[in-house]
Amino acid sequence: MQMKNELENRTRASAPFSSRRRFMRSAAITGGTGLLATGPVPSRAQESAKKAPLLVLPAATKDVTPFTVHVPRAALDDLKRRLASTRWPERETVGDWSQGVPLQKAQALIAYWGDKYDWRRFEARLNAFPQYRTQIDGLGIHFIHVRSPHRNALPIILTHGWPGSVVEFMEIIGPLSDPTRYGGRAEDAFHVVVPSLPGFAFSDKPMETGWDVNRIARAWATIMQRLGYDRWVAQGGDWGAGVTHALAQQRPQGLIAAHVNWQFVFPEKLPENPTPAEQRAIDGASRFANDWSGYFREQATRPQTIGYPLADSAAGQALWIYEKFQAWTDNHGNPEDALAVDAMLDDISLYWFTDTAASSARIYWENTRAGFGGLSRGRIELPMAASVFPHEIFCPPKAWAEALWPNLFYWNELDKGGHFAAFEQPKLFTEELRKAFRSRRA
Amino acid sequence: MKDDLEHRAEIAVPVTSRRKFMRTAAVTSGAGILSAGLVPIRAQESANKARLLVRPAATKDVTLFTVHVPQAALDDLKRRLAAVRWPDRGSATDWSQGVPLAKAQELIEDWRTRYNWRRAESSLNALPQFRTQIDGLGFYFIHVRSKHENALPIILTHGWPGSIIEFLQVIGPLVDPTAHGGKADEAFHVVIPSLPGFGFSDKPTEAGWRLPRIANAWAALMARLGYSRYVAQGGDLGAGVSSWMAKQRVSGLAAIHLNLPILFPPPPPPPGGYTAAEQPALAQLGKYAGDGSGYASIQATRPQTLGYGLADSPVGQAMWIYEKFQAWSDNKGDPAEAISADHMLDDITLYWLTDTAASSARVYFESFAKDFARMPIDLPVAVSIFKGDFFTPPKLWGDQTYSKLFYWNEVPNGGHFAALEQPELFVAELRKSFAQVR
Repeated sequence: MQMKNELENRTRASAPFSSRRRFMRSAAITGGTGLLATGPVPSRAQESAKKAPLLVLPAATKDVTPFTVHVPRAALDDLKRRLASTRWPERETVGDWSQGVPLQKAQALIAYWGDKYDWRRFEARLNAFPQYRTQIDGLGIHFIHVRSPHRNALPIILTHGWPGSVVEFMEIIGPLSDPTRYGGRAEDAFHVVVPSLPGFAFSDKPMETGWDVNRIARAWATIMQRLGYDRWVAQGGDWGAGVTHALAQQRPQGLIAAHVNWQFVFPEKLPENPTPAEQRAIDGASRFANDWSGYFREQATRPQTIGYPLADSAAGQALWIYEKFQAWTDNHGNPEDALAVDAMLDDISLYWFTDTAASSARIYWENTRAGFGGLSRGRIELPMAASVFPHEIFCPPKAWAEALWPNLFYWNELDKGGHFAAFEQPKLFTEELRKAFRSRRA
Repeated sequence: MKDDLEHRAEIAVPVTSRRKFMRTAAVTSGAGILSAGLVPIRAQESANKARLLVRPAATKDVTLFTVHVPQAALDDLKRRLAAVRWPDRGSATDWSQGVPLAKAQELIEDWRTRYNWRRAESSLNALPQFRTQIDGLGFYFIHVRSKHENALPIILTHGWPGSIIEFLQVIGPLVDPTAHGGKADEAFHVVIPSLPGFGFSDKPTEAGWRLPRIANAWAALMARLGYSRYVAQGGDLGAGVSSWMAKQRVSGLAAIHLNLPILFPPPPPPPGGYTAAEQPALAQLGKYAGDGSGYASIQATRPQTLGYGLADSPVGQAMWIYEKFQAWSDNKGDPAEAISADHMLDDITLYWLTDTAASSARVYFESFAKDFARMPIDLPVAVSIFKGDFFTPPKLWGDQTYSKLFYWNEVPNGGHFAALEQPELFVAELRKSFAQVR
């Protein structure tokens, strides 16, 4: 798109490949329970080898089936063994994070993960939420669904991104669904739906191409319909913002408004004389293109190749994600300023145990092929709300959103928080959603 | 020197005096054998020390070097290959998302059950190998002198994800042409170094090892070996180094040969647009930028982060490289059509055993954005374009960039890893082109 070409000219960055191909292939996901696999088994090559324990998801049907997470003990033991035998590169040749996670930080994280981190604590916490799987458009989708005790609550679907997960929302589900227990008002209650994206966590991994944000958005509309909601709102950040922008454009039956904490509203043509706020947004996008997008370019072009080291090396998987917790959060140099190490490892462990490095990377490939994942999603007529957290990758000025969203009804710029807004600032984030959607209640 | 060693890669060496260490090194023929006193980094105290491969400290002397990988390292590799955890097959039926799962598993099975590193090791050790310190860093190189006194000295530089392995088959024909269908006056003295952070060269501990610095180090190496007139050859990063040697007119350099010249059309675009002859190469550049450069993008920006997975997972390291054997060599879909499994695995195993995923990626961090721009060169330049490479620029760009372009040939077979894929054709190109320089 033109926007990308302009940035290329300014920054010598390259636009992602954007032609579209479709491969139709029927998907058949079978499996046993969430226990150690005896069913679908890796190839010949592994028959004589010691098999790494697999987590197999139960087959999803069009029913909404309750789901519980149980990672086999063998998988926990396998993780500890791998962590303990991590083979390290030498340290970086710089004194900061400019080449990636510094060796000392990396080793500290891995040591903690192996020695102190308790997956069962998190698993129990996750299982305390009602979780389900259901088959939509041929794919089993995992989601948390918490109904408010208040019948008139507003249904909301919250979509995470990469390298995030449902973990990001766990602290806000309670306050959103049961506000009076958390210092809020009954009038601000939500029925909360939190799905895992296709290829992430406990959702199935697509075996056919085509699962771009448009298709995911259609699937999300189906979930809400299947859950019986005829009037609902959508929220998202990162790829979740991509899905939410897509939902907003599709305007499925029942969707009345959307909120995004990352706004894809770059103008088609960059201003000749940008205001300071516009320049900041342009600088953010340029910095991303020039220095922050290595992972994006690799995942957008060769998600399978990068999947091999990340599927086989727990340290590799951890640090691939941990780097973003430092780069994209509101911190003073360390990710621990913004997120608790246990919380980060909750998220990382989810990727590890579900072996979703490659499948999650594929969302970049899919959307780049389809021409999405850019800086602008175009005009949206649906009523839109936005919260702008200062350490987001780029923060567009309100005028850009107003130019594309004629029904922008809520815009707030906060002074704390970054890309993982809900994860970093659950209280602020909860308050934003309450305030934003107050005007949308029936 | 002790400080130098202690700064290196977090491995503390119990050196009490330089002389004592050199005595030890001499006794072991400078072999890369683990010294019992080495202490790994704290977090790995419980890990198996015997897996580590250590290079003996280099000095300004040119010291003989032998490769000996501890058996424990080979056993460790096999164990890891037996315990691979795979990603899902995914949604692609071809190589468009990277190495297909079935091909990956096939290569790993071969690596685990049939492949024999000791064969490669013996081949290397049959060659004269050395290490020497230049500009504070220890460099490994192969140095084979021709029996023909007037042979032309040549320094051959590999690239990424290549290595000295790429050149092993051309050494004989270059050095001893009469035994390989050539003439005595086509002989070369051959020098084949490993780039900093690759193979058995040291890994820089400080930033700054950009291509121009490597170029100067190569000039210093040739001087140290006593060569006052020589030529340089390279493809990929090696083309970058060779180009910078020419650009900087390093002492003794008479001419260079490139098999992947770093050529772009001179800006700005001509008023009438680019010619038909330029379109294919422009399309190749666009395709590389849009779809083929993800690896470069991450290596140039976050080599350390990338390095963790590659250092810890041999299948990860292997696939990171194998993908390029398929994408860049002259094949109809299967890299084995262009390069034997043994050669691919020799190269991959070298990266694995030397733990050079991060350090090799760091060259991109240093130089990819800064030192690969279009570079007019006034020293004599020879170019061989192997038509199977992913970038085959037109002669027009060569004419516009190299004022003394004295040889340009388009070779119909062979690709990016030219010397490895087509050793005879590669040798022929060097013989023909450099005949004019002797």
